[in-house]
Order: sequence, then structure tokens, then C-alpha cells
Amino acid sequence: MTSLLEVKDLVIKFALRSGEVTATNGVSFTLEKGERLGLVGESGAGKSVTGFSIINLISKPGYIASGEVNFLGEDLARVSDERIRSIRGNRISMIFQDPMMTLNPVLTIGTQMTETLHQHNPKMSKEEARNIALDKLRKVHIPSPEKRLDQYPHEFSGGMRQRIIIAIALLTGPELIIADEPTTALDVTIQAEIMDLLMELCKTDDMGLILITHDLAVVAQVTQNIAVMYAGSVVEKGPTAQVVADPQHPYTQGLIAALPQSSGHGERLNQIPGMMPTLKNIPPGCSFNPRCPHVMDVCRQQSPGLRPGKNGNLAACHLYPDELDNSSAV
Amino acid sequence: MNRLDKFRESFLWYSFKRDKVAIASLIVLMVLVLAAIFAPLIAPYNPYDPEMIDIMNSEIPPAWEEEGVAEFLLGTDSQGRDMLSTMIYGMRISIIIGLGAVALQAILGVLIGLFAGYHGGRLDAFFMRAADVQLSFSYLMVAIFMSAILQAVVGVAKFGEIAIPFLVLVIGLSQWPQYARTVRASVLAERKKEYVEAARVAGFTSSRIILDQIFPNTLSPILVLSTIQVANAVMSEAALSFLGLGMPIDRPSLGSLINSGFELIFSGAWWITALPGLLLVILVLSINMLGDFLRDVFNPKLYKG
Amino acid sequence: MIAFMIRRLFQALIVIFIISVIGFAIKQSVGDPVRELTGISVSEEERDEFREKLGLNDPWYVQYGRFFGDAIQGDLGTSFFYKRPATEVILEKAPATLELVLVSSLIILFFSVPLGVFSAIKPDSLFSRALMGSSIVGVSIPVFLTAIMMVYLFSIKLGWLPSFGRGELVMLGGWGTGLLTVDGWLHILMPSIALSSIMLPLFIRLIRSEMMEVLESEYIKYAWAKGLSHRRVWFVHAFKNTLLPVITVGGVQLGVTIAFTILTETVFQWQGLGFMFMEAVERSDAPLLVAYLMFVGIVMVGVNTIVDLIYGLVNPTIRIAGVK
Repeated sequence: MTSLLEVKDLVIKFALRSGEVTATNGVSFTLEKGERLGLVGESGAGKSVTGFSIINLISKPGYIASGEVNFLGEDLARVSDERIRSIRGNRISMIFQDPMMTLNPVLTIGTQMTETLHQHNPKMSKEEARNIALDKLRKVHIPSPEKRLDQYPHEFSGGMRQRIIIAIALLTGPELIIADEPTTALDVTIQAEIMDLLMELCKTDDMGLILITHDLAVVAQVTQNIAVMYAGSVVEKGPTAQVVADPQHPYTQGLIAALPQSSGHGERLNQIPGMMPTLKNIPPGCSFNPRCPHVMDVCRQQSPGLRPGKNGNLAACHLYPDELDNSSAV
Repeated sequence: MNRLDKFRESFLWYSFKRDKVAIASLIVLMVLVLAAIFAPLIAPYNPYDPEMIDIMNSEIPPAWEEEGVAEFLLGTDSQGRDMLSTMIYGMRISIIIGLGAVALQAILGVLIGLFAGYHGGRLDAFFMRAADVQLSFSYLMVAIFMSAILQAVVGVAKFGEIAIPFLVLVIGLSQWPQYARTVRASVLAERKKEYVEAARVAGFTSSRIILDQIFPNTLSPILVLSTIQVANAVMSEAALSFLGLGMPIDRPSLGSLINSGFELIFSGAWWITALPGLLLVILVLSINMLGDFLRDVFNPKLYKG
Repeated sequence: MIAFMIRRLFQALIVIFIISVIGFAIKQSVGDPVRELTGISVSEEERDEFREKLGLNDPWYVQYGRFFGDAIQGDLGTSFFYKRPATEVILEKAPATLELVLVSSLIILFFSVPLGVFSAIKPDSLFSRALMGSSIVGVSIPVFLTAIMMVYLFSIKLGWLPSFGRGELVMLGGWGTGLLTVDGWLHILMPSIALSSIMLPLFIRLIRSEMMEVLESEYIKYAWAKGLSHRRVWFVHAFKNTLLPVITVGGVQLGVTIAFTILTETVFQWQGLGFMFMEAVERSDAPLLVAYLMFVGIVMVGVNTIVDLIYGLVNPTIRIAGVK
């Protein structure tokens, strides 16, 4: 059975004035129908750009250098412009980070909703489009939706705007939603509501969800599986509960340990020493080696591929030996 | 790294080296400016010296035309002055007024922008209101009016004497809002940043903070603005002189020359208008090209990937 | 919205007041009305009597009050040269300038929008780059020089177009229009092109840079993510946002255009307000100068206010919330 989404060895590069840099270095993961996957990492780890690459929307000067993005068997990295446009907003919807910046200030909510429907269903009548929009607004719990359709983005609060964005994402009944930091720009109290809403909707409509975030707490609540990214590579993959409870990769271990919940009351917070390298300064071998408490000689020379850890999670770490280690791995 | 090395490594120099247009513009501009500075040494004649002017020499075409002569390379104007010399001196006046006016607007505008932006409150509101009102008026209109009035009040002769400082003043005072606004926008953006907060907590006076910390960050927009403004000032002065409200005919700038030659194009003496016109365009064009280059360099958003 | 409008109107009134004070100051300092109106051969006593009669010995605030009162009723004094009410002279010459500005504005609108939008969408095409290159040159050539070059080329060398005047006019009530005759159009062609020659490149570049900035914004990226067509993204999402700042700039540029009309009308001897102004300067015709100042001032304030109001109506963030 073909997976909903299969990303294989995705390499994304940026052609800057000063030279080329690699943003992702062979990222791979799979998503089944209705599965909720968390893509976790710090800013600059390459998770957002991976998310955008799925619908081929990376900002210039970035581009997909190699790899595949197979959506139900079709490689989206290689299809025509028209084809990808028919998939965007239709079968794969995206939710961006800051709802104030995402909605066009000079167009009504109604326009911004119905245009998606009309774009992908040119024969749909205005009335039908409007009704669908109203239905989705109700689904995201926006009160008096009829009035709201004719209002402008600045007339809504931040939380409501994000709900509207979610409503827009649902309009065409997509099979996959990519949410890029959907709650980072919102108040803490609203974050939980929005995430609950999103999770409910995905469950009811059997939609796949890729949740891109740096917030481990949110990911732990919502997702079934998790992929942790560091400096452009996936360093650990596995079921969420397992990765959080028993992380295999030293970086993930550091992340979990750094959560406030992991420190006792009145104790200092645990930190991972050093900083994630910038794209231009990635060290040879394993990119985490300068900061790793378990670093060995081989770590500085060879970059480990993903291999099973002690509990079945996949981790890119030499602590868990693999037959492929002595060949020239990526 | 000393300053020179820092500059050599900077993005500005890197981009400049690769932009042929920018290099060409700078060379042209420097040639013109040097010519203006060394006018007394370069110009074959002194156009202000009545002894050297003979009305019998008027309206001689440039040397490459049939009736032209070698002594007057670009011909002579209606009063018998050598075109080349008069043009060089005229360009000199245009540049002086352009730079002077911009210096005035910049100093005034930057100071107002810095202090109004930093302190905010009523001071800020007042100045920004005044700037709004002033910007809604075409400064050229204001300059034309003030010139006209002044000329009517003090008479043409006296006006000619004070023309240069007057023009600098008029063009300078009318454009400070541009600088004030630009600088103020920068200040408002920088003010929120942490290093300012740190300095304040450390006890620096606001003047120190403004001048030492915030001001250097406003330099690049000021630089870009200045190139546009110099070009504008030169064009404004040319326009005023063309209307007879600027430099008088005995100490002409390029605009006045163009004016004096205007009627004569109907009788065929095209060079009196065309040549100063060409020089003016080249001058303004090179400034504008450099301005464009600077604008592109300092704008991080435009990738030329 | 209402609060915004009231504030704008109030600001406009203050500016008009300031203009009137300046106008009054000019009137008092330039020229001698007595001498102009009575000539040389009148005796000293008669002149003093006349001065008294004209109220020129009254305190300045009385005179200002009179000036302002008259102005509101449309009486801006009598032109020394024309010996007619200044208002009358202005209204007679206004159509010429207004038509010139109108045709010029149409040219600018017609060309700058498509060219600006195109060069924003396809900035690297040969056409766009040529356009940008030529527009820098266009901006560097002063209006009067363009005008002179056109006269030289099209009138003197080629003899295609007339070099001065408005040509054949048709009277529509008090308005003498040149737009209803071929001859009129031949005459207005060069001046209006010259007048637009600096504004056109400016607007093209403005529209282009605004649109390019808009195209980089998050909501445009989101529009692409929704799978919208190019046309929809460019002409619905991006365009409206681009226009907003352009409207504001347009208003300010109108003031500059008025200054340029003086230059253009001088070159083409176009019998409009600009030409009239230059003549008044030469003749030290103070009342006419003052009248021109008031007229131009009110027009500019009026236009700026209207443009701001239009902006307030078009921009939903102001229209509905009322706060900028």
C-alpha cells in the first residue's frame, strides 16, 4: 500500500551570493493516511524548509537539489507547475506561522476562503462555495459566521485568525495538512485550544498532519510519531511516546532533559552546551559531535546514518553500531 | 583589522567591484567634480572676466562645425563667452549649490529626526506634523515663489549677488523632512533593540546613546537618500535658473545657460542650449546611477541569486 | 473613519490659513498698488488720498481681515497689468493648465501601471531591465530640457508638431477646450508628454518596487500555498496592496506637477496659469502673484485632502477601525 507521503533523501540547497549552502542533507520520512507526524528541531534546523519543499514552495534562492517527495506515489518535486498548483491548497493544505501576516489585509475573509474553492472547482456556484465556507467556519467554532465572512482580517483576534486559517485548510477536504509552527505566534492560553482543535479535525476527517515545531510539549500531545531534526538532518525517528520517554540520540536526550519538567523544583535547568552550527559551518562527521557528551573518534570522521537504537527508534548515532558504518556513508 | 581592511572586505566594496555601471558612474562623477574644483586651472578662459569677452565673438558654433574655430572648442554663447569655460564654471556653481543645499537639509533633518525619534512625545508629534505639511507642498513651487518674491523685493541686481546662498537656503530648508522622516524611522526601529536598553541601564545620557549607538545604524539610509537629494537639488537649481529665478546670466549655472540659448535654437544656434543640457544630464545621471547602486547594496531583501 | 476625516479636514484648514497669511505678507511687501493703479502723473497729495481710500494706512490686522474676507468671497484683488480682477484672469487661464495636467495624468496612468506591474512580475526579463535603465535616464533629464529637445526635434527639424500655443479652441461655456479639435490635440501632445516625462519613470519605478515588496510578503506566499493561479495572485492579492501607497505618493506628486507646469508652459508658451505666473513675476504684478499662490495652495491642499480621504476609504484597515 502506498504511503500518503514518502520523502526520500531530500537535499535542499540555497544559492546565495557568497556560494551554495545545504539546508537539508538527505531527509527521509514516511507518513501514512491519517497519521500525525511531528517534525521537531530548533530554528535553522531545516524543518520549515522541509515542510515547504513538500509542495515545492521554498523561497528563492532555495531549491530542491535531489531526492523525492512522493505523494501517493507521485513525485511532487518533479511534476509540472500546473499539477503542483492543483495539489496545493486542494489535497495538501498548509498552515503558516503568523496568522496576521498570512491573511491579506485588503480582502475579506469570505473572499479569501471562496477563492480557494473556486480555484480548484471552477464550476462551483458562489452560493455553494459560501455554504462550504460557512460550514468550515462553524467547524472551527467561529461564532456568527455569516457576518464574519464579510469582515477583514484586522477585525479578528489572533486566535480567531488562526482558526480561520485552519478553516481555509479544510475547505477542499485535503488528505494532508502541513502546519508550520501554528501556535508560536499565539498566546499560551490559546495555543492549547488551537492544537486540540487541529487534532480533533484530523482525527474526524482522517487527515494526515505534519506538525513542524520547536515545542516538544505540543508535539508530545498531538502527534503519533516524531522526527527530530538537527543541522539539516533527521537524527531520530520513532513513535512519539517512545522518543520522549526513552530518547536514543544524544541531541534528543539533551532536548528532553532541557524541558522544565525534567528538572526538579528549584534546580537549574539542564542545557546542551554550545549552539547548533549555521549552515555554513557544519562540522565534518556527525554534525552534533562538538556538543555531544558521548562523542567518540569515529564521530568526528564519519557521519552516521539512521539505524535502530536500543528500543527500536531510529537514531543517527555511532552509539548504536550498524553494518553500514564502515562503508562511506553520507 | 584596520578600517581600510574592513572596507575592502565589506559587501559594499565587493558589490562595487563587480558592478561596471557603478564604477563607470563614479569615474564620470569624479571627473566632473574634479573639473569643477579645478575650474580656474582647466577652463581655457575666465568667463567672468569682462576683458576676455568680446561681443563680436557671439554665437560661434562648436569647433567641429563649418563656421567653428579651434579657440572656442564648444562655440560661444550670445554674449561671446567661451562655451566650454562657461559650462565648467556653471557646473561648478550647480555642484556647489547642490552639495550645500543637501548638507543643510541633511544636518537639519538628521538632528531633528534623531532627537524627535528618540524622545518621542510632543516634540516628535510637532515635528512630524510640520514635516507632513511641508512635504505636501511641492518644494519646487515654494522655491519658485520665494525666488520670485525676493527678486521683486530686492531687485534683479541684488538678487544676483545673494543668489548662491539664497538658493542653498531655499532648497536646503525645504527638504529637511525627507531626512527627518528617514532617520526617525531608523531610530524608532533601533530604539527597541536591546543594546539601547543596555546602554540606558548602564547610565549613558540620551545624547550619547543617540550619537554613538543609534546614529551609525542610520547611516546607510542617509547615504542613499543623499544621492537622490543631490541629484534633485541640482535639477531644482537648474529649473529655477532656467526660469530666470536662479543664477543670473552674468554668473550662469547650467540652467541659466540653457535658458539663454532657448530662443536661439530657432535660429539654429543649438549648442548654447544642447551642450549645457547634455552636461547637466550626465552629471545628474551619474549621481542617480550611484544612488541606485547604493540602494541595491544596502537593501538586504533583493536577492540577485 | 469619521474621526480620521475630521482630523484631515482640520489639518487642511490650518494649512489654508497659513497660506493666506503668507499671501497677505507678499501682498504687503511687493509692489506699490497706488503707483500701479494711478500712474506717474498724479500728485503726491492725490496719491496719499488714494492710499487712504484704499485703506492702506489701516493697521495690519484690519487689512488682513479685509484681505481674508474678500478672499473667501472670491475677490483676490485686481491685477496691475490686466486691470481686471485677479480671480477673473485666473479662471480664464485655468482651463489651459487643467487640460494639460489631465492629459498628462492620463498618459502616466495608462503607461505606468502596466509597465510597473510587468517589470515587478518579471524583473529579469530584457524588457524590464531596459525599462529600468531608460527610466533612470528619464528621471535625470529635467522637464524643460525634454520640452526643448522635443521642440527641436518635432517642430524645428521635422516640422510635424506646432511649437507654441494651444491651437484651435472650442468654447464650452466659459471653458476654452483644445481637446475637441485635431489642431488642439496636435498642440497639446508635446507639452503633455514633456510634463509626464519625469513622472512616468518615477511611477513605473514606484509601482515596480512596491509590487516587488508586496510579492515577498507572507500573505502572497500563502496565496501560492493555496494553489491560486498566477493571475489571481498578481492581480487580485498583490495589486490592491501595491496601489495603496501609490495613491498617497500620487497625491504629493500632483503638487510637483504644478511646479512643472510652470516650466513646461514657459517652453511651449502655453497660455495657462504657469505662463501667467512667469509673466506676473516679470511685471511685478503682486495681486496676480498672490492670487496664483492662493489658488495653487487651495488646489494642492484640496487634492491632498481628497487623496487622503480616498486612501482612507480604500484601505479597509482605516475604513473600519478608523485608526491609522
